[in-house]
Amino acid sequence: MGGNSDQAELERQFQQRIDDDIKIEPKDWMPDAYRENLIRQISQHAHSEVIGMQPEGNYITRAPSLRRKLILLSKVQDEAGHGLYLYSASETLGISRLELIEALQSGAAKYASIFNYPTQTWGDVGAIGWLVDGAAICNQVSLQRTSYGPYARGMIRICKEESFHQRQGYEIMLALARGSDEQRQMAQDSLNRFYWPALMMFGPHDGESAHSAQSMRWKIKRETNDALRQKFIDQTVPQIEFLGLDHPDRDISWNESRGHYDHGEIDWHEFYSVINGNGHCNRQRLQHHIRAHQEGEWVRDALAAYQEKQRQRDCQDPD
Amino acid sequence: MTRETLELFEVFVRPRRGLDHKHVGSLHAQDHAQALEYARDCYTRRGEGVSIWVVRSTDICASQEEDVESFIDPSEDKPYRLATYYRLPDPVDNM
Ligand SMILES: [Fe+2]
Ligand SMILES: [Fe+2]
Repeated sequence: MGGNSDQAELERQFQQRIDDDIKIEPKDWMPDAYRENLIRQISQHAHSEVIGMQPEGNYITRAPSLRRKLILLSKVQDEAGHGLYLYSASETLGISRLELIEALQSGAAKYASIFNYPTQTWGDVGAIGWLVDGAAICNQVSLQRTSYGPYARGMIRICKEESFHQRQGYEIMLALARGSDEQRQMAQDSLNRFYWPALMMFGPHDGESAHSAQSMRWKIKRETNDALRQKFIDQTVPQIEFLGLDHPDRDISWNESRGHYDHGEIDWHEFYSVINGNGHCNRQRLQHHIRAHQEGEWVRDALAAYQEKQRQRDCQDPD
Repeated sequence: MTRETLELFEVFVRPRRGLDHKHVGSLHAQDHAQALEYARDCYTRRGEGVSIWVVRSTDICASQEEDVESFIDPSEDKPYRLATYYRLPDPVDNM
């Protein structure tokens, strides 16, 4: 009995901290479900940063100018760093990097399904920076206030670095939109293909989202999927207009009384089908990750051998 | 005469929950536990923080400031890593 009421008291105190906007730090007591929920969300976020390098990496060797190549290279480099920050934040919760990578490679863990869409043209690189990073930034800005300290601090660091990602993407779109007919067509086509998947990045509607209510109560999430998506939709309309491109959503219209744009429905069938492994590139993305990981085996072996050699040397002449 | 055999520790204090630990100074102590107590007594007498880390100074591996150009390379030749590098027209400049 005592055990149960102790547990209830700990949980009450924990929730009180959350309600008072006091951050939770790694060594604090926390409910198991809070820990698991965080590990799931942070590691999913980390996997997305890492897998997200592939679609853009595809264009590093084919960027249309040296300037664009340098920019794309440093953007992709940033994303690798974001993966590292987030894996480290997950590890403060008592899970190992090895377990996280295994969960990704076995398919047990998810990553943002947007990265299962192929990059077919240079316009796609522009659309990704503008829309995909743009949507990610909406989410990440909100998560700077998440209740778990290491995650919140990681988000602050990431948001600082993200600031150029969206702008460089929009700059690509702007150049195409003001270019030849063919270039304008390329920009329109990329917008059409990436707009809806970018909206899906915010996840299912609040009513259908499996973890949403509890995550809001624990302030792991600070704004609901639908609220963040609306924010993104609203900010994107004038950006599309400025490019002089057609909005991919025929139902988009300003709603004076809501103070927001009304919009058409997302194709949720596509969303779940891509999440469940049937996107264009699901298999390719994981296979590539596994192959790159295996090809790095000799580096890990060499490090271990070097460490062992150092250890033996230290034993021979201790001083 | 007994020589002092205490080790040097570096002290990091978290000013408030939610913030990073920041380096505040160092001290001598026999072990981690003692270092924590000394750190509390030396560095947090006026509510400077809510959590302390102590690390053996010998466990810190540091780069040298003279090496900054070759080692850290401030990347001043890579302005495209900054948002301000991208000039966007006013109506869309708020991203
Ligand atoms: Fe990122
Ligand atoms: Fe990014």
